[in-house]
Order: sequence, then C-alpha cells, then structure tokens
Amino acid sequence: MSNDILILLLIGLFAGIMGAILGLGGGIIITPIVTLGLGLNIKYAIGASIIAVIATSSGATIAFLKDDVLNLRVAMFLEIATTIGAITGAILTGVINPSFLYVLFGSLLIFSSWNMLRKLRAGKEVLKLTQPDKTALRFKLNASYYDKNLKKKIDYQVEHIPAGLSIMFGAGIASGMLGIGSGAFKVMALDNAMRMPLKPASATSNLMMGVTAAASATVYFFNGSIRPDVAVPLALGILVGAVLGSRIMQLLPSKVIRGIFIPVLLYLGLQMILKGTGVI
Amino acid sequence: MAKRKVTVTVEMKEIEVIIGKIMRIGVIFAALLMICGLLLFYTTGKSGYPDNVFPTALTQVFYGLLQLKAYAYMMAGIFALILTPVLRVVVSIYAFWKERDFLYVYITTAVFVILIISYLIGHR
Repeated sequence: MSNDILILLLIGLFAGIMGAILGLGGGIIITPIVTLGLGLNIKYAIGASIIAVIATSSGATIAFLKDDVLNLRVAMFLEIATTIGAITGAILTGVINPSFLYVLFGSLLIFSSWNMLRKLRAGKEVLKLTQPDKTALRFKLNASYYDKNLKKKIDYQVEHIPAGLSIMFGAGIASGMLGIGSGAFKVMALDNAMRMPLKPASATSNLMMGVTAAASATVYFFNGSIRPDVAVPLALGILVGAVLGSRIMQLLPSKVIRGIFIPVLLYLGLQMILKGTGVI
Repeated sequence: MAKRKVTVTVEMKEIEVIIGKIMRIGVIFAALLMICGLLLFYTTGKSGYPDNVFPTALTQVFYGLLQLKAYAYMMAGIFALILTPVLRVVVSIYAFWKERDFLYVYITTAVFVILIISYLIGHR
C-alpha cells in the first residue's frame, strides 16, 4: 500500500512536469500506468486522469499567471466553445458512433503533429501581420508574453479566430463524449489555427483544460470513480510537478518544446485511430 | 476614471495577479486537506471506512471530517481541487468587472453559466 503511494507520487511528479510544459492533461501517462501497472479497473483510471488534468491545470496556472505567460482573454473567449462542445458531446453520446470520432480526431492529431514538424523546420515562431486580424482586435486577443529563454518581452498576434473556435468546439465534444484529448486539441487550435506562439499557447491550454474537466469531474466524484488512495498521491505529485514544469517550460527554447510535441501528438493520434478501428 | 487610460497590458497584469493569488489559496487549501488525510492514514493505519469503501456524498465526507477519518480528508481535498478551476472562472468575472472590461465580464459569465448547465446535465 505505502509502496503504491510512493509510486503514484512519483508518477504524478513526472506527469505534472510534462503536462505543464506541453499543456496536456497527462492522461496518456496516467491511464496506462494505472490500468496496466497497478492493475486497476479502467473506471478508476478515468477518474484518476480527470483529477490529473485538474491538478496539472491548477498547479501550472499559478506560475503562468504570475509570470504573465498565458492569455486570459483567449482562454475565456475559447472556453465558450469548449464548454458548449462538452454539453453537445454529453447529449450526443449514443447518437454519434464513438469509433468515427476516434478516427476523425486521431487523424486530426496526426495532421497537427505534421504541422508542428513543418513549423519547427520553418523556424518562425511569432506571427507578424501587417494588417492585424479584425476579430482579434475586437476581442482584444493580441497580447504579449515574457520569454525567459530569450530574455525579452514578445508581442504577438493571433488570426483565424473562427477556425480556432470550431476546433475548440470539436475538442469540447471529444472530451464530453470520449473523455479524452482535452489538452492536445487546445494546443492544436491555438498553435496550428490561431498561430499563437507555442509558450503562451501551451500555458493557455493548461488554464483552459482545468475548466473543461471540472464539470465532468464532479460526476466522477459522486459516482465513485475517484478512489482517494489513487487520486490523492497522484494529485499531490502532479501539483508539485506542475509547479516545477511551469518554471522549466519558460526556460526552454520553444524549439525544444515543439520537438517534444511532435512524437507525443503522433502517438496520441495513432492510439486514437487504433482504438476507433478496434485494434486496441 | 484615470484607470481607464492605462494600457490593456497593465490592466491585464492586474487581473492576472488577482486571479493567481486566489488560485494559489485554493490549491494550497486542497493540498493541505489531502496531506492531512494521508498523514491520518499513516498515523492511524486506518482509512476510517471498511475495505474498498470511501465516501462519495458530500454529507458523508463532512461527517467523516468531524470524526477525523483519513479518507474523508482525502476526498474533501479532491473535491476542493475540482472546484479550483470553477473558482478561477468566478474570480475572473469579478476581476474583469473591476477593470471595467465589460465585454469580458459577459464572456466569462457566459462560460460560468454554461459550466453550471453542463454540471446539471451531468447530474440528471
């Protein structure tokens, strides 16, 4: 028992660091370890993952808010689409075939991994439009962040707001119906579609995924999917990990973060397609 | 009304600082409850409940807290943690309102209302 708690603390620490750097929930790390490693029922793994998402989000957000990395307006603006998507997803459960969604979203993730690779090669991190996007101006979405790696303040713009909103709506449906991919799609909308620099994109994704997860987390809490002996050590480890990760992320060059993203998104996408086609 | 003249960036920084402080209090509170639970578990060697049983209703958690049951503190900590993102949304409404950014007061309020609707749908 106490051995398990120590292992869970360490897994949490690792998941929290990675989750905070990438703006992903850590479900990819938590679910296989809890089901395969500790032999727990998938029901408790889902409960543990949702707590992991919230712990990563809240732990990382504290540092990101203090250091002025994330974009609060973009987060709030897009959260309308995610939360409506989550409700739609909950309602559509049983109407749409989940296999279809797994394959669709899996393909999108593979596409976005390829997109990341292209961006890494191009080496252009910050969008500079001569004519700022009108919707971005209207909603005051253009902002700046302080890059601790480059040691300077970086002003950035965003574009393609409707595309970002659509992806976020889809991301909401995915997390409402399948309980997955909350973080990956957020980074996809912010980075691929809206062209936000990777660091604020990942930080903003961190902030948003907690809100999306909170609504479903209460359901899991009351139906007994969240086991205290699993979720508590995991959450404590993650909180510490996320605080560390949110500091490490700011010091890393954007290129390195992008480099970590490419295989992670590819893996996530393949995993979802295999799940959708019934291979795993 | 001098405040209206400050740039968007400075205004935003103030909002973020307020929200960051309240988030920190929420997270530390949740973590302390969880740590108390773990310590109780180790010192007493008991979860306070029969094997494979843990409290899931808030009233059960509350009574368990009064009786110093380990699992009750752990579940209370988890519940507090679940509420931290919601707390963030509520504080954001206030922070945007304080900065007189009404467009974002509406947007954030909309997010909050949708969250409540999704909560209600989840608990049908």
